[in-house]
Amino acid sequence: MLRLPTFRYHRPRTAAEAVRILAESGPKARFVAGGTDLYPNMKRRHQSAEHLISLARVEELRGIDGDGPAGTCTIGAMTTLREIERDPRIGAWYPAFVQAVASVSSPLLRNMGTIGGNLLLDTRCNYYNQTEEWRASIDFCMKERGPICWVAPGSPRCYAVQSSDTVPLLCAIGAEVTLLSPGGERRVAVDDLYRDDGIAYLTKRPDELLTRVHLPASGAWSAAYHKLRRRGSIDFPVLGVGAWVARDGERIADVRVRIGGVGSMPIHATETEAMLRGQPVTEELVRAAAELSFKPARTMDNTDSEVPYRKKMAPIFVRRALSECLGL
Amino acid sequence: MAAESNGAANQPGTADQGYYRHDTPQQDLRVIGKPLRKVDARTKVTGRTGYADNLSLPRMVYMKLLRSTQAHARIRSIDTSAAAAMPGVVGILLGSELPNQFGILPVSNDEHTLAIDRVRFVGDPVAAVAALDEETAWAACRAIVVDYEPLPVIGSPAEALATPEPRIHDYGDEGNVHKYVNLQFGDVERGFAESDLVRQDVFFFEGNTHLPMEQHACLADYDKDHKVTIHSSTQTPHYLHKALTKVLAMPASNIRVIACPNGGGFGGKSDPFNHEVAACAMSRKIGRPVKCSLTREEVFHCHRGRHPVLMKAKIGVRKDGEIQALDFESHLDGGAFGSYGVASTFYTGALQTVTYQLKNYHFRGARYFTNKAPCGPKRGHGTVQPRFALECLLDKVACDLDLDPAEMRLRHLAKRGELTANFMRIGSMGLGECIEKVVAGSGWKERRGKLPFGRGLGLACSSYLSGAGLPIYWNAMPHSGVQLQLDRSGLVTVFCGSTDIGQGSMSVLAYVVAEVLGLDPMKLRIVTADTDLTPVDLGSYSSRVTLMTGNAAMQAAERAKEIVAAAVAEKLEVPKSNLVFADEHVFDAADPSRRMSFAEAVIAAEAKFGTVGTVGSYKPPRSAARFKGGGVGPSPSYSYTAAVVEIEVDPETGQYTIPKIWVAHDVGRSINAALVMGQIEGSVYMGLGEATMEESAYRDRSHKGKRVFLHNQPSMLDYKSPLAVDMPEVVTYIVEDHDPNGPWGAKEAGQGPLLPIMPAVANAVFDAVGVRIDTNPITPERIFAALQSKAKGGEARFGPSDVPAVAWPEPRVVPPPWEGGDGKEVASDAPAPTRSGGKG
Amino acid sequence: MSPHSESPTPAKQLGVFHVNGETHEVAFAPHHTLLEVLREDLGLTGTTHGCELGECGTCTVLVDGTPVLSCLTLALEVAGGADGDPRPIETIEGLADGPNLHPLQDAFADLGASQCGYCSSGFMLTANALLRDDPAPDRAKIRTALAGNICRCTGYVKIFEAVELAAARLRGEARQPARETLYGS
Repeated sequence: MLRLPTFRYHRPRTAAEAVRILAESGPKARFVAGGTDLYPNMKRRHQSAEHLISLARVEELRGIDGDGPAGTCTIGAMTTLREIERDPRIGAWYPAFVQAVASVSSPLLRNMGTIGGNLLLDTRCNYYNQTEEWRASIDFCMKERGPICWVAPGSPRCYAVQSSDTVPLLCAIGAEVTLLSPGGERRVAVDDLYRDDGIAYLTKRPDELLTRVHLPASGAWSAAYHKLRRRGSIDFPVLGVGAWVARDGERIADVRVRIGGVGSMPIHATETEAMLRGQPVTEELVRAAAELSFKPARTMDNTDSEVPYRKKMAPIFVRRALSECLGL
Repeated sequence: MAAESNGAANQPGTADQGYYRHDTPQQDLRVIGKPLRKVDARTKVTGRTGYADNLSLPRMVYMKLLRSTQAHARIRSIDTSAAAAMPGVVGILLGSELPNQFGILPVSNDEHTLAIDRVRFVGDPVAAVAALDEETAWAACRAIVVDYEPLPVIGSPAEALATPEPRIHDYGDEGNVHKYVNLQFGDVERGFAESDLVRQDVFFFEGNTHLPMEQHACLADYDKDHKVTIHSSTQTPHYLHKALTKVLAMPASNIRVIACPNGGGFGGKSDPFNHEVAACAMSRKIGRPVKCSLTREEVFHCHRGRHPVLMKAKIGVRKDGEIQALDFESHLDGGAFGSYGVASTFYTGALQTVTYQLKNYHFRGARYFTNKAPCGPKRGHGTVQPRFALECLLDKVACDLDLDPAEMRLRHLAKRGELTANFMRIGSMGLGECIEKVVAGSGWKERRGKLPFGRGLGLACSSYLSGAGLPIYWNAMPHSGVQLQLDRSGLVTVFCGSTDIGQGSMSVLAYVVAEVLGLDPMKLRIVTADTDLTPVDLGSYSSRVTLMTGNAAMQAAERAKEIVAAAVAEKLEVPKSNLVFADEHVFDAADPSRRMSFAEAVIAAEAKFGTVGTVGSYKPPRSAARFKGGGVGPSPSYSYTAAVVEIEVDPETGQYTIPKIWVAHDVGRSINAALVMGQIEGSVYMGLGEATMEESAYRDRSHKGKRVFLHNQPSMLDYKSPLAVDMPEVVTYIVEDHDPNGPWGAKEAGQGPLLPIMPAVANAVFDAVGVRIDTNPITPERIFAALQSKAKGGEARFGPSDVPAVAWPEPRVVPPPWEGGDGKEVASDAPAPTRSGGKG
Repeated sequence: MSPHSESPTPAKQLGVFHVNGETHEVAFAPHHTLLEVLREDLGLTGTTHGCELGECGTCTVLVDGTPVLSCLTLALEVAGGADGDPRPIETIEGLADGPNLHPLQDAFADLGASQCGYCSSGFMLTANALLRDDPAPDRAKIRTALAGNICRCTGYVKIFEAVELAAARLRGEARQPARETLYGS
């Protein structure tokens, strides 16, 4: 049986206490939310913690509050994906978000996993998400213990992949998060939370705790999430497109497209967006704009499916997500 | 009925309507055919099944295996000093302590319990550590330092051919070729000359694995009397017993193997495994019970799954689709050990002949050693890959000839009772009815070729053995034995070496004995798979158990009936021939009031004859195939299956869904209809997994002179197995063409229905979007690639282009029966080894 | 090989577990999961395991009535102690009412939805939570609810049919299995 390594366990009751324990516990301390990402990683010995600070009993991090149309909807980071999926308010105000949440892993994992955990999901890679024995056979990799990135051995960086379903969608719709540290709180756009590096993939500082997710005012925009994976459940996205469109009559007032599963951070389909912004909605335009997402979708050989296939699917999935937003 | 058998078990009479047909007269069957609960159903659903990992003993310690991190290397040294010094470590075992080799086949005893001087794949066991807890055993394994000297890695059949040295094994036909086979039945060249259409295609079937939910586990206990007992999740306790005898160098009578109920097997627990042998040896060494439970990754290392097979098939047919000749070539990527591989190689050529009439047949097969986890038998063993090729090929032929693929097959079915070109004896043969059922159910005639672009139907057929006609090691003894003990209480205990891997073999024993003796199957005691207590049954493989143990149990029960009847006849003063055994009583058919309970009947028998016990055994009929290699393929009977798959392909992405599958299986007779349904649906599922996503793919990467070569996805997440949401609707038809060799006519159901699914999916893809996928699995990526190729004016196909060129040995020439052949080979007049392959 | 300093024999601690309505005081290793405590400390081996990484659903139990993976649930998170009550855990051993099987167990037994039986505990517990939530789920909802539990034997068909049969019986209907379920079409 695969088993966890040992650790010291802390169970704070408040967010402030959690942040304080982390600060006092040295560099090998970690928060744990649902544990669905961290515990498998610890069992495979590619993440570790001398101090494990459980957020399970921090009640202030739970729950859904506010009003979507008023722009005050806030979700506590420890709210489970199941709770979000089943919340009628979220379903009414943010159907595309629920679609993304419902596509995360399996019902069992969604019963345990939290929205905060899903936003901070460790980047994934075929060379990394393996047991210690497997990784020993390749002399490990840059992301943990090893000298090189096996995906691109000549590269100085790690190419592990951003694999959360909710991230591209929350980036696209312009959600924000609150980060708490001993120095105080700050609010950051989800779009600014990620870095293009498989190892240091977050802009969140290690001493910060993600406490809340803030959804933008629901209303005069639409969004969609389209996911590519092998099976109908459990699997991580090997391509996940979050799209957001604000319309001004027959014109596209604004648009954001984020492509997950094809880089260490959600890819911004900048050229696609530029071609659409301010233009009248036509199928031809959407098709042409979507084609421009081919280039930035830099698929690598470290997930399920094939590199050229995933790349060729990117414009198709972008087009379909945009078309869904636009009712085409 | 017993108190626990409520629900469906209590529906007497509902099974009988319309099910007993063909040449077997309607019988008054009380148990056989009914959808009864399994005898262990309550145990299963209450979580009380004694899987091997659930067991523990006082003073038990945990063992872990240190496995190779190298794909191919010499071991220079192993330093265990740090591990031995760790608190809690109680024993370390190295390969040098167990020099005797083992393996499932006598011709390939090529495995050491722990590597002595060479490792052959990433995962090859190198050392074993026992400790007071599993964490410590694991930590100690990590503290062992192995100094490896890397050897060139052989990653494929092509590399095996190109790299005769270093040899992965110092035996085999040449270099890194494990086995060549070349068999010729009739004259294929003449057949091609007499054909209206000749076509040749190349196919590839990627390897995949069993993925039983239960990870292998065992518990070994060497006791103070120098006897060792091992409980293990094995499908073949008898063969494990033989391997242990050899490696431990102990008398067989001092070794007891108990096969626990398996949490799924599918062929993956049919070999004796390193951890089983090591646990016994460790227990002997340290004198206390040793538990070893594998991780999921280790199960992938044990493997013995489907061989990757590259195939070339050339077929010649008349205008009506009648097959004149088939020239079939298969190249098996065997992995690092022999396992069942020689048999697997023959199986890739054995059963092409039993579905359709085939006049001239030439088969060549080669198995190569590579530095991968060893391949072996998975559900449909060795026949799955060639069946994929043949059924796809026939679909293409029908297309070329503008024939309905279903009609074409129906017209040329192999005939019941006949000998095939390679001397397989066809028994009952319900394939025609199977085809008719799925054609009617799916609306084939109205819908095939007529659905909108993107939607399609595909059909394929298959056959499988009901048990291998020969044992794994040559001997003259029965393949299955059953012993009955009749107690004064009326309890009948059934002893049999067979192993329940979830298929319900314990229940089959109960149903058979209960039917003969007129008892409630739920009230019998079934004792199985214990080499100290139960007569040998060869194991749960090759779909042999229902037919073979069923026949053995029937014989034992008939003998018991004879003894009891003699005593009852005397006591009741009724002629023996008048006695009926039913409803737990024995009575006079003419006057049912003259009766006694079965318990009273046993008392009468014991009083008259002494303790009542009987035995029964079964050995398959002698095969007509007398040529070398003819031992693989013969079976007492063959099951038949036909399937139609409906598919919806997104032509833009190649993504597809399968909304519905129709499957019809000729099981001869259902011993239990519900269990047969479960086997068919489960086979369809596993076939669907193979068709759509399952692949044992390897990661092959080189950096600065180091080549890493290992299983790419040894986990439940990355090795894709279809989920509840991926499963289509399945319409199942049970066809019962009674076979004279089966108990009440029964044939197999556990493997055959898997076979047609993969080719039916491929054929459905063609009907839907007009491209041929000649590589299995049939992934969206491959469909997309074929569609792109077609759009660019290239081949409307995805598949391999050719097979490696091989210097085949001279063929063994066996004239088919219609040319006066007697099943033996004749002297070949072939001038020299023929070279095949290469373009043109 | 491992750079992590792993203590091979961690000190155990005492905790209270509330399993199937019974309270157990257990000395357990604090880094162990609920799966390990159930199987190795409480002897409840009806909870089986297939990967220990949250990828197969085999080890599913109910915590507070919700199906979760015991392999990814720290025992500490569900144990009671100085700072709280234990959380209620339901395992397969608690599904039957004494000698009387739960309708799900009866249906799984009747239809052969449990072949090798290894995944059955997880399926029945997941299904039980579903049926408490929705007494009459349609086939699509059953499939979705069971999407995280892998079965390699049955092809799921008999499992779907068993959940439907049990649901009907739990609703008080005198439902019998359909003929084609047991004999084919």
